[in-house]
Amino acid sequence: MASTAAAPASGRSEWDGGVAPMGASYGKLMMWFFLLSDAFTFSALLITYGLVRSSHQAYTGEVENFVFSQAYWPIPEKVFESVPFLHGVSLPLVFVGIMTFILIMSSVTMVLAVEAGHRMDRATVEKWMLWTILGGLAFLGCQAWEWTHFIHGVEGEGANFVHAGLAHNPYGPPDFAAFFFFITGFHGFHVFSGVCFNFLIYYNTVMGVYERRGHYEMVEKVGLYWHFVDLVWVFVFTFFYLV
Amino acid sequence: MEHSEDHVHVTVLPPDKAKIKKLWTVAGILGIVTAVEFVIAFTMGHGPLKTAIFVGLTIVKAGYIVGEFMHLRYEVKVLFWSILIPLTFIAWMLVAFIYEGMSIAGVRF
Repeated sequence: MASTAAAPASGRSEWDGGVAPMGASYGKLMMWFFLLSDAFTFSALLITYGLVRSSHQAYTGEVENFVFSQAYWPIPEKVFESVPFLHGVSLPLVFVGIMTFILIMSSVTMVLAVEAGHRMDRATVEKWMLWTILGGLAFLGCQAWEWTHFIHGVEGEGANFVHAGLAHNPYGPPDFAAFFFFITGFHGFHVFSGVCFNFLIYYNTVMGVYERRGHYEMVEKVGLYWHFVDLVWVFVFTFFYLV
Repeated sequence: MEHSEDHVHVTVLPPDKAKIKKLWTVAGILGIVTAVEFVIAFTMGHGPLKTAIFVGLTIVKAGYIVGEFMHLRYEVKVLFWSILIPLTFIAWMLVAFIYEGMSIAGVRF
């Protein structure tokens, strides 16, 4: 596809913007540069998390003996160990793993939609876009559960149990919850807008807009955004949940 | 595919089997790397080595997503480097901020 660099655009001379040195359309290029700037935003959030975490005391004892305390930064696998319908069972990071799987799968269905678009195969684009939207909604549902559980915790933790908020949280220093809300919230908002874009693309495909236009490049552009959302989650998964 | 014939005549090409197979292979690699990360998370003691392994595996996954799914590997070299080179700022930011954070901890405790 984008292998014909410097191919002159029709009706324009070389000195009149008729050459595309990057071999990509204006819209696609701008999507790339927007994503680059968005990568800086997410890096700033994640790296600041690293700064604040490394400026707090770390827990130095055995993992088995870990208890929540305001004195040191919590171990993420001790905070995120619940899975819906499996009440009281300790399954560290399993639910986050499921969320990661959902997002990677929706990235695959997106790239399959792009592939179908290259072949002008409307029915297949529709099919894969629907799967992608479903994956995005499933991820958002998981995140809603994750937030609710993070805020309310497990019942029966004692009378002095505090709900997690920006000022206090039962897991560790206040900054821990603040970063949880900011980083996963900012990512979740990206997923939400991604689902909206995906729906728009699906709608336009069904209405035959791209078929009349003669190409499905919009699917590609929104696909870039959607893969980026998946990419960010890969980093959030590592730096917030694993490390 | 019947409704393709509504107004405009569209030639639908057959699926590119090799390409689709490659996409599923990439998906499989991403799944396996994530599974490996899980195993390491529960079998290795915390330390700089573990963090280094996680960072390395994350970069592998990022490479596959950006290179294959986002197709950057196959774009023109100018575009490829226009995206990659600015990312070095992030590497510097990481080093500077973590160093700063450890210094703050040194002053506080």
